Amino acid sequence: MPLDASDFGAIWLTLKLASLTTLILLLVGTPIAWWLARTRSWLRGPVGAVVALPLVLPPTVIGFYLLLALGPHGFIGKTTEALGLGTVVFSFTGLVIGSVVYSMPFVVQPLQNAFTAIGERPLEVAATLRASPWDTFFTVVLPLARPGFITASILGFAHTVGEFGVVLMIGGNIPDKTRVVSVQIYDHVEAMEYAQAHWLAGAMLVFSFLVLLALYGSRRGKSAWSSA
Amino acid sequence: MTSQIHARLKVARGDFTLDVDLSLPGQGISALFGASGSGKTTCLRCLAGLERADDAYVEVAGTVWQDTARGIFVPPHQRPIGYVFQEASLFSHLSVRGNLEFGWRRIDPGTRRINLQQACELLGIDHLLARKADTLSGGERQRVGIARALLTSPSLLLMDEPLAALDAPRKREILPYLERLHDELQIPMIYVSHAQEEVARLADHLVLLEQGRVLASGPLNQTLARLDLPLAREEDAGVIIEGLTGAFDATYQLLDVHLPGSDLRLRIPHAPLPPGATLRLKVQARDISLSLAEDSRSSIINRLPVTLRALSEQAGPAQMLVSLDAAGHPLLARVTRYSSDQLGLHEGQALWAQIKAVALLGNSA
Repeated sequence: MPLDASDFGAIWLTLKLASLTTLILLLVGTPIAWWLARTRSWLRGPVGAVVALPLVLPPTVIGFYLLLALGPHGFIGKTTEALGLGTVVFSFTGLVIGSVVYSMPFVVQPLQNAFTAIGERPLEVAATLRASPWDTFFTVVLPLARPGFITASILGFAHTVGEFGVVLMIGGNIPDKTRVVSVQIYDHVEAMEYAQAHWLAGAMLVFSFLVLLALYGSRRGKSAWSSA
Repeated sequence: MTSQIHARLKVARGDFTLDVDLSLPGQGISALFGASGSGKTTCLRCLAGLERADDAYVEVAGTVWQDTARGIFVPPHQRPIGYVFQEASLFSHLSVRGNLEFGWRRIDPGTRRINLQQACELLGIDHLLARKADTLSGGERQRVGIARALLTSPSLLLMDEPLAALDAPRKREILPYLERLHDELQIPMIYVSHAQEEVARLADHLVLLEQGRVLASGPLNQTLARLDLPLAREEDAGVIIEGLTGAFDATYQLLDVHLPGSDLRLRIPHAPLPPGATLRLKVQARDISLSLAEDSRSSIINRLPVTLRALSEQAGPAQMLVSLDAAGHPLLARVTRYSSDQLGLHEGQALWAQIKAVALLGNSA
């Protein structure tokens, strides 16, 4: 196998980035999805649209704005500098932030669908059985939305593994810090190292296929996007 | 009977308005009866706190659950209620046991008045405990739903058309269980229904709702016998009599049913039952004929001396509705206007009521 240490570094970094991003997205995306599924506020439309933006925007656009915001002159960058944290662009932290934004709809939407599908009734039943709203969320909503969480995790993870544009814009191409597999493949191709590019690209292809197979195969005919 | 449930509810939703002021007894089953859209389910949901009335005062057994004037709203999970939904709505991620224990676990152990085994026995579901909720039949699901609500040891059990989603055989399967709850538990219940048969079999107190307003509220038998209510004008109008079983005539296979508080009795063709058991009988207005004197030459065996309380001409051009009193028990009779004139029917008149048919409701004995 012609892969060298920098390839394995890229694979490890990618897995680390995707795992961390998925974890953060589940924590951040769950309340957003819950709110979107339940609220009657007029903000529901605008917030839903913002969450869905990464589905349609070119990654370079998201990356560009994130670069500005996180950079030394951006409002987030200024804040992090003022706090003595430095700027997070061209760092792993910056990559995580970018990935969270970029993969957000892939986690929020399946969760939102799962929460919507549960409906009002189980919550009412739980309330008449003395369960407080928090209690109900953890003992009724989460178990009933499990298929949605599985879908959301798989899609969030896989989509982060597959990102390229945002990474390049705000992460750059620093070995073991921001150079993920997709960037590594790009480098190999640029350098005419087709054998290594083949191995990595093939691995990505197989990985992606297996992920999607697991997703669609496990739903027994149901759409991967609908839940519960 | 002391009224222990007070509910004043005002709800305005689009073109539907609910405006009721209810005082219900703190025991037995009170039925909220009315057509769909009459607001009976909304009433129940407001009592449970699942819906928030615009203006409400709800007090149960001396505790205020809601008072808009004072800004009090006890959220549903803090109200000591049991709620049975039209569809059993079992949690699909839990087993039957998990469903039953869900509420039971969440109440203070000191307030538990019924345990899992008792609830299972009462509703005949002990053999289902290990099953997943979605493998049960409709009737089984509803029985589990009722047991689940009972296991929170509620001070008030609310039932929202628990039989409406079931077919006739499943209804017949569950009704006896509901009668058992009525007979064996000390929990006041509010039962929402649009099915006369269920109300006749179960209710002690009847509230008639029409378009978000209370048309009538009172003890079941008295309310059914009121001439001014639309119920009396229906084809199968009649009254419910709760009687006590007495002697059994083995020769003719007739069972005596005594009307409490009087020495009157009805005789019904029935197998013997232990004396003193409570039976519910329905006597329809069309099955009662009136005569001025007792007619012992008639084939009709049930003849009661009655007093005419009121007459109504609202039963149609040829019919009269007659409200009767049989030693304190209200009866309703429908006779032709012709007969009414022939007999010279008038208030206070002493008559004999001949009862052609008595229907035994359920078999709660």
